[in-house]
Amino acid sequence: MSTLLPQADRADVPPAAHLLAVEDLTVEFRTRRGVVHAVNGVDFHLDERETLAILGESGSGKSVTAQAIMGILDTPPGFITRGAIRYRGTDVLTLREEDRRKVRGQKIAMIFQDALSALNPVFSVGWQLGEMARVHRGASRSEAKRAAIELMERVRIPNAAQRVGAYPHEFSGGMRQRIMIAMALALNPDILIADEPTTALDVTVQAQIMQLLAGLQDETGMGLILITHDLGVVADVADRIAVMYAGKIVENARVHDIYARPAHPYSEGLLASIPRVDQRGGKLEAIRGAPPSLIDLPPGCSFHPRCDYRRDNCTRDVPPLYEVSADRGSACHYWQEVLGAQ
Amino acid sequence: MGRYVIRRLIQAIPVFLGATFLIYAAVFAIPGDPVRALFGERQVAESTLNAIREDFNLNDPLLVQYGKYIQGVFQGDLGRNFRGRPVWDIITSAFPVTLRLAVTAFSIEIVIGLIAGVFAGLGRGRFIDNLVRVSTIFLVSIPVFVLGYTAQLLFGVELRLLPIAGLRDGWLSYVMPGFVLAAGSMAYITRLARTSLVENLHADYVRTATAKGLPRSRVIGRHTLRNSLIPVITYLGFNLGELMVGAIVTEGVFNLPGIGRATFQAVLAQENSVVVGVVTILVMVFIVSTLLVDLLYAVLDPRIRYE
Repeated sequence: MSTLLPQADRADVPPAAHLLAVEDLTVEFRTRRGVVHAVNGVDFHLDERETLAILGESGSGKSVTAQAIMGILDTPPGFITRGAIRYRGTDVLTLREEDRRKVRGQKIAMIFQDALSALNPVFSVGWQLGEMARVHRGASRSEAKRAAIELMERVRIPNAAQRVGAYPHEFSGGMRQRIMIAMALALNPDILIADEPTTALDVTVQAQIMQLLAGLQDETGMGLILITHDLGVVADVADRIAVMYAGKIVENARVHDIYARPAHPYSEGLLASIPRVDQRGGKLEAIRGAPPSLIDLPPGCSFHPRCDYRRDNCTRDVPPLYEVSADRGSACHYWQEVLGAQ
Repeated sequence: MGRYVIRRLIQAIPVFLGATFLIYAAVFAIPGDPVRALFGERQVAESTLNAIREDFNLNDPLLVQYGKYIQGVFQGDLGRNFRGRPVWDIITSAFPVTLRLAVTAFSIEIVIGLIAGVFAGLGRGRFIDNLVRVSTIFLVSIPVFVLGYTAQLLFGVELRLLPIAGLRDGWLSYVMPGFVLAAGSMAYITRLARTSLVENLHADYVRTATAKGLPRSRVIGRHTLRNSLIPVITYLGFNLGELMVGAIVTEGVFNLPGIGRATFQAVLAQENSVVVGVVTILVMVFIVSTLLVDLLYAVLDPRIRYE
């Protein structure tokens, strides 16, 4: 890249601090119908070059967690009521808005599910890409345009120099998502949060986008948080997985461990629900019941109404994240039983 | 784009013919004898009346009358009123007054309406928003003449801040009528801008702009406002014509010698050529302003292309 976009200064960082550490994050939405407990004490961390997948169904709180980290939560109604979000040891929640803004886009960037609605329809893609350099680096119009073309080439958009003046609606879905990625990477952020980046795309294009992300991560060494409900995507690219249910992380493990032997009944149910070619004609497994209302969470373990391992204390005692092994946790009182069942 | 403009202008020809014919027929259908009415209580020989009727083609059937009128128009002759004054003369003396009034009202409603709308939208649910919402309902629901007379009484008679009526004080004469004429549309623009802004503030691309780390002023000023203006611009296109029509009442209240008052007098006197001449000008204003708005769309929203 040009001198416009220098690498972050990493000299003053104590080596012990994680790139990103989320501690006891709690987000609620105050609505007319009541308080929606969207995220309830989430802990996780991310290091450089690492890919963490946050897995969960709609309403599990995974996107809200991402928005809280970015600082783009709609407030009101959304409020962060507890917890810390530490970027290289500094809690960004304590920063003034002006300083927080400088973290957004420059240090932590984000891409969204639907690139067509996430790009502004009335400005050319070159303008929107160049805006990063103009606003954050004070680049001139021509410098910004050159930076935009470079970025488009970096995410392998053909004929970048000709297409820099085109508008979002003139690109295909996959190309638009590439442009989103280019925009997120414009200032070489340390962390990229991808919120369901491939959900709106064709399967073949999905693979290309995931490859592109993986390649760019290799080049830059950034940490990647991949938010998804697609178990297939996760298995290919993630190092670790955090499974979310009703605003909590219920299992946290290396990707191989969780695929081999899940330690939480919900993870077990998710994995069992993947259709398998070698069991064609068999019944598709589904987790029975429906996710709980986030306004009125069940007492004890949120998953107990749908759980086959349920005992009496599950309806009373909230399970902590038990340590299964050094780098693995499960929020189930009977995780040993779940592990042993396979 | 050039071809689009030409096509739109060609489409204006049937609109022009249709509008003029409808207006001509409407005035034709007004009951009563305009020629006899000219003389009030005085006794006039029937032969005199007939000569005047013959002179203005009033004895012909509707279609023949209209045909003769249109033939004149295409030869550059808009006709005369019953007192012999050329219609073109009436239009050229009255039109500038109405144009100034409309431009004043237009500027007032754009500036105040947009500012109020943006502030209300940004402060949704707060005091400023409620204030704007209540006052716009108030403005929309008051009839123009009530507002006009109240303003005259308050600012003209009591406070002596502005001229009460007439045109003797230059541009100051247009301030009060301008506000009165603009009031309803101003309230409407405010609400339109507010709603559109509130909607756009929750758009995905605004969230993206925030996630890019842009300052809030830029997120709103560059990324939100432009999209929010599109419905307002649509309304403004129709509104310029509406203001011309609204001028009929406003010019009456403030005694301004504009198009509105000329139309009103001509309708009362059943002077067909004057009414049609004036209204044709208004139709033209409508056609041109909606065309301008449609062209402005393409500037504001690149997704719209004219092929």
